[in-house]
Amino acid sequence: MAKSMDQQHPVKAFGWAARDSSGHLSPYNFSRRSTGENDVAFKVLYCGVCHSDLHSIKNEWGGSTYPMVPGHEMVGVVTEVGSKVTKFNVGDRVGVGCMVWSCRSCDSCSSDLENYCLGMILTYNAKYHDGTITYGGYSNLMVADEHFIVSIPDNLPLERAGPLLCAGITVYSPLRYYGLDKPGLHVAVVGLGGLGHMAVKFAKAMGLKVTVISTSPNKKQEAIERLGADSFLVSRDQEQLRSAIGTMDGIIDTVSAAHHLPPLLGLLKTNGKLIVVGAPEKPFELPAFQLIYGRKLVGGSGIGGMKETQEMIDFASKHNITSEVEVIRMDYINTAMERLAKADVKYRFVIDIGNSLQTTE
Amino acid sequence: MAKAPEQEHPQKAFGWAAHDVSGTLSPFHFSRRENGADDVTVKIQYCGVCHSDLHSAKNEWGFTNYPIVPGHEIVGTVTKVGSNVSKFKVGEPVGVGVIVDSCRSCEICQQDLENYCPETVFTYNSFSKDKSITYGGYSDFIVVDQRFVLRFPEGLPLDAGAPLLCAGITVYSPMKYYGMTEPGKHLGVAGLGGLGHMAVKLGKAFGLKVTVISSSPHKEAEAIQKLGADSFLVTSDSSTMKAAFGTMDYIIDTISAVHPLAPLISLLRMNGKLVTVGLPEKPLELPIFSLVLGRKLVGGSDIGGIKETQEMLDFCAKHKIAADIELIRMEEINTAMERLVKSDVKYRFVIDVGNSL
Repeated sequence: MAKSMDQQHPVKAFGWAARDSSGHLSPYNFSRRSTGENDVAFKVLYCGVCHSDLHSIKNEWGGSTYPMVPGHEMVGVVTEVGSKVTKFNVGDRVGVGCMVWSCRSCDSCSSDLENYCLGMILTYNAKYHDGTITYGGYSNLMVADEHFIVSIPDNLPLERAGPLLCAGITVYSPLRYYGLDKPGLHVAVVGLGGLGHMAVKFAKAMGLKVTVISTSPNKKQEAIERLGADSFLVSRDQEQLRSAIGTMDGIIDTVSAAHHLPPLLGLLKTNGKLIVVGAPEKPFELPAFQLIYGRKLVGGSGIGGMKETQEMIDFASKHNITSEVEVIRMDYINTAMERLAKADVKYRFVIDIGNSLQTTE
Repeated sequence: MAKAPEQEHPQKAFGWAAHDVSGTLSPFHFSRRENGADDVTVKIQYCGVCHSDLHSAKNEWGFTNYPIVPGHEIVGTVTKVGSNVSKFKVGEPVGVGVIVDSCRSCEICQQDLENYCPETVFTYNSFSKDKSITYGGYSDFIVVDQRFVLRFPEGLPLDAGAPLLCAGITVYSPMKYYGMTEPGKHLGVAGLGGLGHMAVKLGKAFGLKVTVISSSPHKEAEAIQKLGADSFLVTSDSSTMKAAFGTMDYIIDTISAVHPLAPLISLLRMNGKLVTVGLPEKPLELPIFSLVLGRKLVGGSDIGGIKETQEMLDFCAKHKIAADIELIRMEEINTAMERLVKSDVKYRFVIDVGNSL
């Protein structure tokens, strides 16, 4: 008799899964592979709740397979390492982000850009190369190839480090790639959520002047006093936007809802760069003259490779950068998802897996 | 009362101008300033016909001041130099391109990017510092500050070299700025007109593999045999387009009509760059997922600064690159404009001003 999908592997595992596109999560028994020679197994202690988790459990992007165990901002402590593993030992603090596999031989992989590899496999809701479905970090244990494990330095509290693995790298990578990391440059961060607040912290640590642009005036005080932004613009206030025309070297646009590019492009100086890391469903309207007069560009970026992810973690460690989190119990997750849909969180939910995920077996 | 064009300045000048939105050009008497201490006077031999001349003559962009004397791909001979001028000598071949002045002091000008200065003065239809309107190269001579005059290197033909002053620099500048010059990489050139054919030639000179992307299948033979392109993609052929997805490192998009960006962005590989230099009237649609998942970018570029324009001319002289032109007489300009509307030219008209004005 063929094994059911959730019992295909030898090691019992437990987590919370969505069963259908309502996105409602509930306890779920499943299994993980045993620790292969290149694998690292770890007990998951915390997992960040990324907006992608919400999109995926509700099948908003299409392609969702159920039951789905989301979570790609997981951290914990190593319990077992395979015989060929060299970089990690039992007891190490580690994490896994958005990917668990890539082909390791294409041009992208050879340039440490596994995230752009056409054979890259996502941490959850993807088909692994052994034919099984990947399950993410809303679970008690994780097994992943050493190459996709990130080391978490001791000075980063585990409950605040998880979101670096997706939100953190997603904004760190384009700041570096597009050269928006030089002291003295002026960068705007559009949207102050999980991605946005991390962008403010990284940009300040890189020595940039940072302006937050948001639809919510009530976020101003925190943006400046807690996150360290230099100034704040309300995007619906035409006067405020007008006063900032031609003042930005770069803009990191984290907004995932539909919005307009032209007012943002107007804020850029000559040679300015607007980087989109949010993923609105509809295409943008782009007046070509706005790019031509001023030699401006619109670029995209999606997470980052493993080498850069570790570099980002080490940078965060050096500058004491972690996410601002609201730690929740596993059974709060459905309420958290409802609040996330309304952007009601400062600025990332993190599930206290270690203390609140209980197996029913 | 405002002075008539003939009386505005002390030197009598003659050219062809458009007087209304029909864009029809006809003989026109006007005047130019005296040659000042920093000025160079150029007797015009040739002037390229840029599509911008057509847009402006017909007020398609909405800011034309009539009468308008177009022309910003000017090549001629120096007839006078001011007392402060040491770079140019009487009798030398020189060029004047799209800009004749800028503020010269802002941060942008100091980076040799006069083309992005907020106070750029364009060669025609623009207001000089003395508040008079500028008149372009469809005329017998022009007086320009030495800073905005280009030396025409030896070996560069005067007639076929004229279009370099706008078409040439418009594609050369972004290819350098966006790093589209790594030998062996693959460049797509969308649109095969004045800008496009220059991009093909420059691309080959940079050692790139070049594919022309066009809606006109009949352009293929020339693109490959005459211009040196390596391959040709017809945009309406969805299966060959699909087969080419993810194969290009760079794309120069010269198409001035509204067109879909999504298929072009799909042609780019990871980290690919698309630069738009055409100016469609309506906004383009920019698909976001493709940019984010492949770390691709779409950038713009607008002509180039004077220093870079000189660098481009020297590069073209060295690599024996010039435009493919159809030489016309001044009185044929209206017919040429009608043909230009239909893209019926391979690939730039150049007016033989010296022999026909």
